[in-house]
Amino acid sequence: MGIADFAFYVFAITVVTAGLFVVVSRNPVHSVLWLILAFISSAGLFVLLGAEFVAMLLVIVYVGAVAVLFLFVVMMLDVDFAELRGEMATFVPFAILIGVVLLMEIGLAITVWQFADTAQSSLMSAAPAADDVQNTAALGQIIYDDYIYLFQGAGLILLVAMIGAILLTMTHRKDVKRQDVLAQMHRDPAKAMEVIDVKPGQGLS
Amino acid sequence: MLSADISTVLPELILAVSAMGLLMFGVYTSKDKAAPLILWATAGLMAVLGLWIAVAGDGAQTAFNGAFVDDAFSRFAKVVILFSAALILIMSQDYLAKQNLLRFEYPILVALAVVGMMMMVSAGDLLALYVGLELQSLSLYVVASMNRTSVKSTEAGLKYFVLGALSSGMLLYGASFVYGYTGTTLFSDIVASVEGEHLPIGMLIGLVFIMTGLAFKVSAVPFHMWTPDVYEGAPTPITAFFATAPKVAAMALFARVVFDAFGATVGDWSQIVALISVLSMFLGSIAAIGQKNIKRLMAYSSIAHMGFALMGLAAGTETGVQAMLIYMAIYVTMNLGTFAFILSLEKDGKPVTDIASLNQYSTREPLRALALLVLMFSLSGVPPMLGFFGKFWVLNAAVQGGLVWLAVAGVIASVIGAFYYLRIVYYMYFGEETDPLDRPTSPVLWGVLMVSAAVMVLGIVNMFGVEAMAKAAAVALVN
Repeated sequence: MGIADFAFYVFAITVVTAGLFVVVSRNPVHSVLWLILAFISSAGLFVLLGAEFVAMLLVIVYVGAVAVLFLFVVMMLDVDFAELRGEMATFVPFAILIGVVLLMEIGLAITVWQFADTAQSSLMSAAPAADDVQNTAALGQIIYDDYIYLFQGAGLILLVAMIGAILLTMTHRKDVKRQDVLAQMHRDPAKAMEVIDVKPGQGLS
Repeated sequence: MLSADISTVLPELILAVSAMGLLMFGVYTSKDKAAPLILWATAGLMAVLGLWIAVAGDGAQTAFNGAFVDDAFSRFAKVVILFSAALILIMSQDYLAKQNLLRFEYPILVALAVVGMMMMVSAGDLLALYVGLELQSLSLYVVASMNRTSVKSTEAGLKYFVLGALSSGMLLYGASFVYGYTGTTLFSDIVASVEGEHLPIGMLIGLVFIMTGLAFKVSAVPFHMWTPDVYEGAPTPITAFFATAPKVAAMALFARVVFDAFGATVGDWSQIVALISVLSMFLGSIAAIGQKNIKRLMAYSSIAHMGFALMGLAAGTETGVQAMLIYMAIYVTMNLGTFAFILSLEKDGKPVTDIASLNQYSTREPLRALALLVLMFSLSGVPPMLGFFGKFWVLNAAVQGGLVWLAVAGVIASVIGAFYYLRIVYYMYFGEETDPLDRPTSPVLWGVLMVSAAVMVLGIVNMFGVEAMAKAAAVALVN
């Protein structure tokens, strides 16, 4: 057993164990921490597969952003997890049914799924050979070079989503005082303030 | 390499970049006060691009490794889409301004939707198909709920969004099956990877799901449920937009997918298309009978018309595609005129959509009533209006394609459907006296209505050359 095999078993066992504890631990904060461990271990698995870019993404996006966001939600919001868990029991038969269906579908896909004769060559031709370029560079080449059209199209979709969100939600309220930066900067202190010498007993007219 | 690709997608690129430029212009100047200017600029640009594509387009090019196809078929669809969208924008200005809905984002969203539609009709790859479709749909969801103080408008947007998302999900599910079998998303590779007369089972499942997703977008039965509610709830100019350009784009995309990606196995998809065609024709014709709101009526009318257009596709032949394209071009022209009429219906400054309000319309506005009469006759397919020739083309294609039963069903459905079109005419000429509507003032709407009606009569001479263009487009697609 080489060092790679050994590393695989370490990461694999950690992922499965951590995954189990995500589900069974009673404290939601612990669950999130176990989830982070599972993410990091799967990142290790991806490194072993030679997909270092996906491994980095997993650490940066999932551990760095998503898991921390979970943690914030769990700690900041007052969610009654015991109650949620109580309701969960009623969905168990339904969940098992869906699980069985999914398992059967995966079984079908593995056993009887046919591929076209050309499928293998089509799949291989989409990506550059692994020996020539690192997979980060290969991904970059595919996304920003081969698929630049789709990438820009996806960008337009996001733009529409942004315009839509603003159009449908923003209201211009007239009765609110807003900060006017230019007016503030062009304010002349000499004119804004006036010193008045008030004589005793006379007041200001 | 990239420069050649860019020159192929130049019209789309220009429209997208100008939409972004106009967005910046709107944001940094007077916001909604700049809306009419942005609206006219967008409409003008679309018309110019349409002319450019019609005149300068030649041959067939692909770009971005086959993801984008520029051929006679896509150019035909793009010209129809661009012109109808430009007209709808101009028609909508007065109405939206009166309703206080003329936001400067509106023309920009329409322009981006049109970019999406142009991407759809030029798609040569499952991914390009999906990106184009989403760009179009997302813009349409937003404009549907643009009147956000109205419950009906927001409901329309939400309903459209939820069902649209569901249909996108189905389409993607089907696409994943196809990709799972062939290992590619390019239409040309997909069609090459199928051997024999019939699709393997995995591909067949994929095909059915993709067609389900597309049937949602063309609002064909049984995936039509959103149409009446969305048409009724959305502001009328936006309903007019929904009924024209997106329908053409979705129908062209439908044809593009079945011929480019599954063209080797016509028998497998032709039966599905024939089924949804006959269902759409009958449901559209029968369910419209009880409608009192003219926008709902137009929704059912569009369902029925989609059934007829699908009939051409079901034939699975070159003539069938040509018939479908001719039918769509005529359908769009009729709908532009009819919606120009609906947009001008007002009582005390408020828009009306009740059919009964048309009672005795002919005595007050004889010319407009006559124009609508022509359009209604044309919509129902009464000879000698142009609508009859559209129906004749698809029926002929169905018979030639060996689908005589479908053609017979189409004739029966169109006879049923004639009832509710003629009922509108009946109300206008023989209805009971009611409170009169306001006198329409907009010259734009008047012009569109009259031109559209005139086209329905004059077009029977040579269809303004559409026949030959559709022929070239069909040849480009089928071979």
